[in-house]
Amino acid sequence: MTELIKYTAAQTAAAVAAGEVSAVEVAQAHLDRIEAVDKKVNAFLHVDTEGALKAARAVDDRRARGEELGPLAGVPLALKDVFTTEGVPTTCGSKILEGWIPPYDATLTARLKDAGVVILGKTNMDEFAMGSSTENSAYGPTGNPWDLARIPGGSGGGSAAALAAYEAPLAIGTDTGGSIRQPGAVTGTVGVKPTYGSVSRFGLVAFSSSLDQGGPCARTVLDAALLHEAIAGHDPLDSTSIDAPVPAVVEAARMRDIRGMRIGVVKEFAGEGYQAGVMQRFNESVELLRELGAEVVEVSCPSFTLALPAYYLIAPSEASSNLARFDAMRYGLRVGDDGSRSAEEVTALTREAGFGPEVKRRIMLGTYALSSGYYDAYYGSAQKVRTLISRDFDAAFAGVDVLVSPTTPTTAFPIGERADDPMAMYLADLCTIPSNLAGNAAMSLPCGLAPEDNLPVGLQIIAPAMADDRLYRVGGAVEAALNEKWGHPLLEEAPAL
Amino acid sequence: MSVISLVSYEDALASYDPVMGLEVHVELGTRTKMFCGCSTELGAEPNTQTCPTCLGLPGSLPVVNRIGVESAIRIGLALNCEIAEWCRFARKNYFYPDMPKNFQTSQYDEPIAFNGYLDVQLEDGEVFRVEIERAHMEEDTGKSTHVGGATGRIHGAEYSLLDYNRAGIPLIEIVTKPIVGAGARAPEVAKAYVTELRELIRTLGVSEARMDKGQMRCDVNLSLRPIGREKFGTRSETKNVNSLRSVERAARFEIQRHATVLADGGTIVQETRHFHEDNGTTTSGRIKEEAEDYRYFPEPDLVPIAPSREWVEELRAALPELPRVRRARLQAEWGLSDKDMQAVLNAGAVEPILETVAAGAPADQARKWWLGELARRANETGTELADQPITPAQVARVCALVAEGKLNDKLARQVIEGVLAGEGEPDEVVEKRGLAVVSDDSALGAAVDQAIADNPDVAAKIRDGKVQAVGALVGAVMKATRGQADAARVKDLILERLGA
Ligand SMILES: [Zn+2]
Repeated sequence: MTELIKYTAAQTAAAVAAGEVSAVEVAQAHLDRIEAVDKKVNAFLHVDTEGALKAARAVDDRRARGEELGPLAGVPLALKDVFTTEGVPTTCGSKILEGWIPPYDATLTARLKDAGVVILGKTNMDEFAMGSSTENSAYGPTGNPWDLARIPGGSGGGSAAALAAYEAPLAIGTDTGGSIRQPGAVTGTVGVKPTYGSVSRFGLVAFSSSLDQGGPCARTVLDAALLHEAIAGHDPLDSTSIDAPVPAVVEAARMRDIRGMRIGVVKEFAGEGYQAGVMQRFNESVELLRELGAEVVEVSCPSFTLALPAYYLIAPSEASSNLARFDAMRYGLRVGDDGSRSAEEVTALTREAGFGPEVKRRIMLGTYALSSGYYDAYYGSAQKVRTLISRDFDAAFAGVDVLVSPTTPTTAFPIGERADDPMAMYLADLCTIPSNLAGNAAMSLPCGLAPEDNLPVGLQIIAPAMADDRLYRVGGAVEAALNEKWGHPLLEEAPAL
Repeated sequence: MSVISLVSYEDALASYDPVMGLEVHVELGTRTKMFCGCSTELGAEPNTQTCPTCLGLPGSLPVVNRIGVESAIRIGLALNCEIAEWCRFARKNYFYPDMPKNFQTSQYDEPIAFNGYLDVQLEDGEVFRVEIERAHMEEDTGKSTHVGGATGRIHGAEYSLLDYNRAGIPLIEIVTKPIVGAGARAPEVAKAYVTELRELIRTLGVSEARMDKGQMRCDVNLSLRPIGREKFGTRSETKNVNSLRSVERAARFEIQRHATVLADGGTIVQETRHFHEDNGTTTSGRIKEEAEDYRYFPEPDLVPIAPSREWVEELRAALPELPRVRRARLQAEWGLSDKDMQAVLNAGAVEPILETVAAGAPADQARKWWLGELARRANETGTELADQPITPAQVARVCALVAEGKLNDKLARQVIEGVLAGEGEPDEVVEKRGLAVVSDDSALGAAVDQAIADNPDVAAKIRDGKVQAVGALVGAVMKATRGQADAARVKDLILERLGA
């Protein structure tokens, strides 16, 4: 049965549909795997054994009744602990939400359930998705299955690590500045940030509303596409949700043909701070794209150098407002309510005790950036930069179908290395942030191991908004070519846990 | 607070020119809340009309109520405003336990309606134009009840109860530009403005605008400047003034209070103040050391609102007849002078008269009762005319009885009295009190004969042709029948008997 955990989602769904294996067996195999390795990995904050088995039984029952099963029915999934789940704890990696049981499902959660996906539990993350290493979780860091002493990326390190540790074939992440793609890159897995507005945010606990986007994480491009199709689509409960058909991502993932596509290499994503082995694998990937018949050109996006500062004004500004609701009045942690203190004092004590240092730092940053007299200089200027970045993308996409870059400048760094240096930490998202600011679509997929440390390197592909299918077309082709070259998927080179 | 003697109103106005700003919040009567599908029905058990969105639960998102936007546009159009081609919601950030998200979804520098005016008529008929700065959409907060402690305010309370049923109910905030040039009439303008606005809101059917139910709440901002000076003085903001009369009293009190402080060489502090219905004064609330920083920014969870010009014009074309136009039409229909019409308006008699006419009474009769007997009573009891315990249909019935000759004026008045006293429908009162006009000849005959017999000299005069003397005999008969006789018939009978 150990082989079951190595199945891709597509293989699992096919096996369940064909009756070769029951959904309950699949779920149990993954629950056993979690039991065996998660003490070391710490990918999960909460494992919902009962709920998972119940969902799996429901799939088996439907099959027994002869009902048609969807393309992901019976496939286990690890859900980032930032989406609400009715009756199952949702903490966002924060002490302030400890013990909160949401009374409602996020739209994404509901869609997964409808698709017969088996939710195994909730995964670890940087508190309120603020971070690039999962070290900011109030519940301890997650280890990178390639080297447990290293970070699995963040904020969605738990979801990426669960995939790399074969605890689940599918996972859900959210990407505000790179939180799906950067963990994907450093764990040798696939992560996609869909076009902003294509996956509902209803039930996604907000960090930065104008940037947050839920998306699929998987070990293969096709699996990511199948999951993408299951979760994307218009939701009337999210006003920013796009009311248009979801691009044909599954079809694109199966094409494996990029002949004639025009691909741009972003000049600005290189140079100081980029690890040599990362650039080497990236350059080889560009070469591969040429070999596969694409036309590769260099493009310049000068405003991208302003993306990081603009992001660190916009995201904290929105966060300072989004996180104001954690006031100890209605749910979650309450500190100091001994009958002698005012509501205001209890709120202050609770926020002091309940939020970690990075969250506090960003709340203060955002509060400052929005305050009168500073608004124009900070929040206002950042919004202008956002417009400039969108224009750079528009100009680039006028000449190319997709852009490529390394996903993150370095491979996974040791836990603790950047913990006291927020600026160094922020640089991990240098290449991913522009897509969040512009709201377009981007993917990270493995493109090899850096020779100097034998750790995974991610290739980022960026497509215009609502052209998510191009990510899968290019990603699918690159993945197939690389697997052929290596003789196996990259993840097989990871050490056994 | 120590009792200080206030500068008289006249003295205050002799030195200062009041500048006023009025902010009125109107709770819309939409079926559901502004950003979720919860019911807006009043009076439900606390916290039963809530959902993740209006409770601000983590992960919840708002969706705009289209009827709320439509109502805002209609209010804007009725206030002669421009309607934004593109506008956004904004977050107003501040912490308060009755606000689930600790920000209020409101509008900031991009209101849906702006630059309008409302003409209001003062008691003497003069028309004053109040300029409207803006009307914008926002959501109401929950309600906190502070238990224990003396004041019912949060300070000193033992504990507080929170009810979020009201959280998220759509509000329209209507803000005037500074009202200048009203002078001594500023308080009267304030009251007339809120009255007119209330009527407008009701006419549009977007809210019942009941001030006693908190569906309409008024903040009175007031400052004084020395007469002849351009620059405005420091203002006070008197919050939640919740009746028409209080609006006037609050403005008047603040004028005197400001003048008193200034006359003593003091300075006015910018602060919010609470109005006290019982004694008509205000007391200091929260002092604003500096303008509160709400850190407004565009609401990222909502897309901009861009009402198409076609929609706006459709709404404009479908506006009902607005109060001022309607009043002019009624005045013409009823054939009233400006002064008479003003009397009708001041008495709050328009609706009662209209309804009485609708129930079949002639307009002049309806006006006579509502403006006479009933207005006098309302005045005496300090109640609203419309709240008298008599319906327009009942008044119309009395009018009909008079027209049929079954009642005369005097009897009709008694019937009205009976209805007001809870004795039942007009016909029941007539029967119970035995008030019908007596015109039956046989019943009147004895009384007529008696009157002739009692007044032989008068009878002789009439026989001699001095017919005008008949009045004395009619009077005697009326007296004998306690006013219930049909006077015209009595006169005929007397003349018949005396062969005149
Ligand atoms: Zn609600």
